[in-house]
Amino acid sequence: MSNEAAVAHVHRDDEGSKMGMWLFLFTELLLFGGMFILYASYRFMYPDNFKVAAMRLDTLIGAVNTILLLTSSLTVVLAITALRRNQKTFSLYLLGFTVVAGGAFLVNKFFEWSAKIHHGIYPKGPEMANLSDGENVFYGLYYVMTGLHALHIIVGLAFIIFMMVFIARGKQTGDNCQKLENAGLYWHLVDIIWIFLFPLFYLIH
Amino acid sequence: MDNVSYLDYKGKHKGLLGWILSTDHKRIAVLYLVSLIAFFLVAMTFGFLMRLEMLTPGKTIIDPQTYNALFTLHGVIMIFLFIIPGIPAVFGNFFLPIMLGAKDVSFPRLNLLSWYFYIGGAALVLISLFTGGGPIDTGWTFYVPYSLRTQTNVSLAVFAAFVLGFSSILTGLNFIVTIHRTRCPGMGWFKMPLFAWGLYSTAWIQVLATPVIGITLLLIILERFFGVGIFDPALGGDPLLYQHLFWIYSHPAVYIMILPAMGLVSEIIPTFSKKDIFGYGPIAMSSLAIAFLGYLVWGHHMFSSGISDTSRAIFSFLTFIVAIPTGIKVFNWVATLYKASIDARAPFWFVVAFIIIFSIGGLTGLVLGSLNTDIHLTDTYFVVAHFHYVMFGGMGLLFFGGLHYWFPKMFGKMYNEKIAKLGTLIFVIGFNGLYFPMFIMGYLGMPRRYYDYLPQYQIYHVISTIGSWVLIIGILILVFNLLKALLSKSNTTTELNPWGGTTLEWTVPTPPPLENFDVIPTVTHGPYYRPNLIKPEKSH
Repeated sequence: MSNEAAVAHVHRDDEGSKMGMWLFLFTELLLFGGMFILYASYRFMYPDNFKVAAMRLDTLIGAVNTILLLTSSLTVVLAITALRRNQKTFSLYLLGFTVVAGGAFLVNKFFEWSAKIHHGIYPKGPEMANLSDGENVFYGLYYVMTGLHALHIIVGLAFIIFMMVFIARGKQTGDNCQKLENAGLYWHLVDIIWIFLFPLFYLIH
Repeated sequence: MDNVSYLDYKGKHKGLLGWILSTDHKRIAVLYLVSLIAFFLVAMTFGFLMRLEMLTPGKTIIDPQTYNALFTLHGVIMIFLFIIPGIPAVFGNFFLPIMLGAKDVSFPRLNLLSWYFYIGGAALVLISLFTGGGPIDTGWTFYVPYSLRTQTNVSLAVFAAFVLGFSSILTGLNFIVTIHRTRCPGMGWFKMPLFAWGLYSTAWIQVLATPVIGITLLLIILERFFGVGIFDPALGGDPLLYQHLFWIYSHPAVYIMILPAMGLVSEIIPTFSKKDIFGYGPIAMSSLAIAFLGYLVWGHHMFSSGISDTSRAIFSFLTFIVAIPTGIKVFNWVATLYKASIDARAPFWFVVAFIIIFSIGGLTGLVLGSLNTDIHLTDTYFVVAHFHYVMFGGMGLLFFGGLHYWFPKMFGKMYNEKIAKLGTLIFVIGFNGLYFPMFIMGYLGMPRRYYDYLPQYQIYHVISTIGSWVLIIGILILVFNLLKALLSKSNTTTELNPWGGTTLEWTVPTPPPLENFDVIPTVTHGPYYRPNLIKPEKSH
């Protein structure tokens, strides 16, 4: 009898699953960590050029996106709590909000990038030749870091949509929602990285 | 049904599919073993051709561009496809769960996925040889700005390394969680076998360092395709930052290569010494210390690159500090051998060879770690010799050592020990013949990676090339001896414990059944405890 319980424990190890997710988040942090080191070095190398370049980014869009992401992170937490209280439909609505907010973030990002590209500010773009070395590097970092972040948003959204399907089908329930929690952790990571990207690119002038 | 070995059980799929779709850690380990040995033999052939080319000054058999491609591919394949996955992917996968008293790793499906990443990465390396601008010629370090300018197929080869990084990360992540979560009842942290400690330290490096090379390699691809300009000096970038990021991963990565090998030594020595290991705690902790300190010394690869004097002095100092935990291990191993009843079976020979060769490699590492001698020796054959002494003489030798130690358990077959010992002996003679002259010619000023050289270096190149032939003969003897044992039907063994080991893998059937243990064991003693050991009587 007790042996059976031990076997069941091996097959579903929530603690282990969460630990695995955290380790994966560490790897994500270090992936961006490499970029942050580059940013810091180049900011030190080209302080004036970075200031000039940062002025051309739209703080308003950045701020709206920050609010969108923070709110979407809140709704993920609420969705987990709702599921724990067996409010399945409410949980799905909250996750739906997260997906909509994440999608809106991407739409904003799309318009922001398009405007820059329209002005010829992109790697090898016509405007770049007129800019200083530091500004070139700034925009290079801007495209790579926000692009990589946007990629993570897309992955995070896919992750959450899968969880919504799982919840709807009853595979993630109040007693068994470690996968949803892991998806939530991932979404918070995406959120946290943005919280650093926003001031570094938009706010420090 | 219960005791059908992992080699024979019938799962959902049959034949080859039963292997490449199996999530059993033992089958995955064998998948890795086969693929690793295949790539090792390929890269060994490249090395053989390089040495042959260096037999005479000027052209011997191949042109300079082919030579550049050969040393790059030799490095890329050996490092990313052999020594980094190496011991964890094969012996870690096979024996870590058994040594911990578990039925499998924590995430079996992720484990299989990591093998697919490995094979996918390997396939990309192969494709990169025949597409785009042909085989990559940058050296395995992919230094900018050359890697941004060369017309060879850098992007795909670098992407292959990126994919292989995922494989490494997943293995590390899996092992950390496995060690935290699946130890059997009674197995506290300090009752784990030392091999598990080696894998644990390695796994943290795999998880925390690999992403940095991931982003660095990704940036090279983005630079080549879009001209982002982060590393390209023509666009305002700083190539030195590439070197920093590259070595922030690649220095800790040499500890990914060596720590599991050191763990294996700590298994083999007590087994054949017939006594408990001396200094269990210090050996376990020194693994963690090496893993930690390994992060802080990357700058010693850049002493001659123009970084500041202050940082060079600090990096040099920290490099010396790494020697301390390494020394602790070596002294504890030797202390275990002291007054032991040594049973010098075949696996033990590898360990003895390892201790000597690795010590030479380690001590020459100190020569390179001190600033003034390094300036003289940077980018010479001295570095090549040091690297091969620690990596090939460390991980490479122990890979074969581990294979000979666990071969009977893994496959239920016994090989011819006399031939294995002979092969080891030839291996060691050839190894020193190949690499020792490199110390001398490097010290005399022979630069590495050069296609041509002055006549005064020829004598060393000739000795070295002859050494490579002897070494290859030794390796082939070892490989064929094992293959013969594997294929012949007469030498089947079901003996549980051929060497008299004390860790849990020697208590399960040979070869192990699907779920390793019928009943999960309970551990009451340290891993190398021997109840029947006769202790010398104390004088009163």
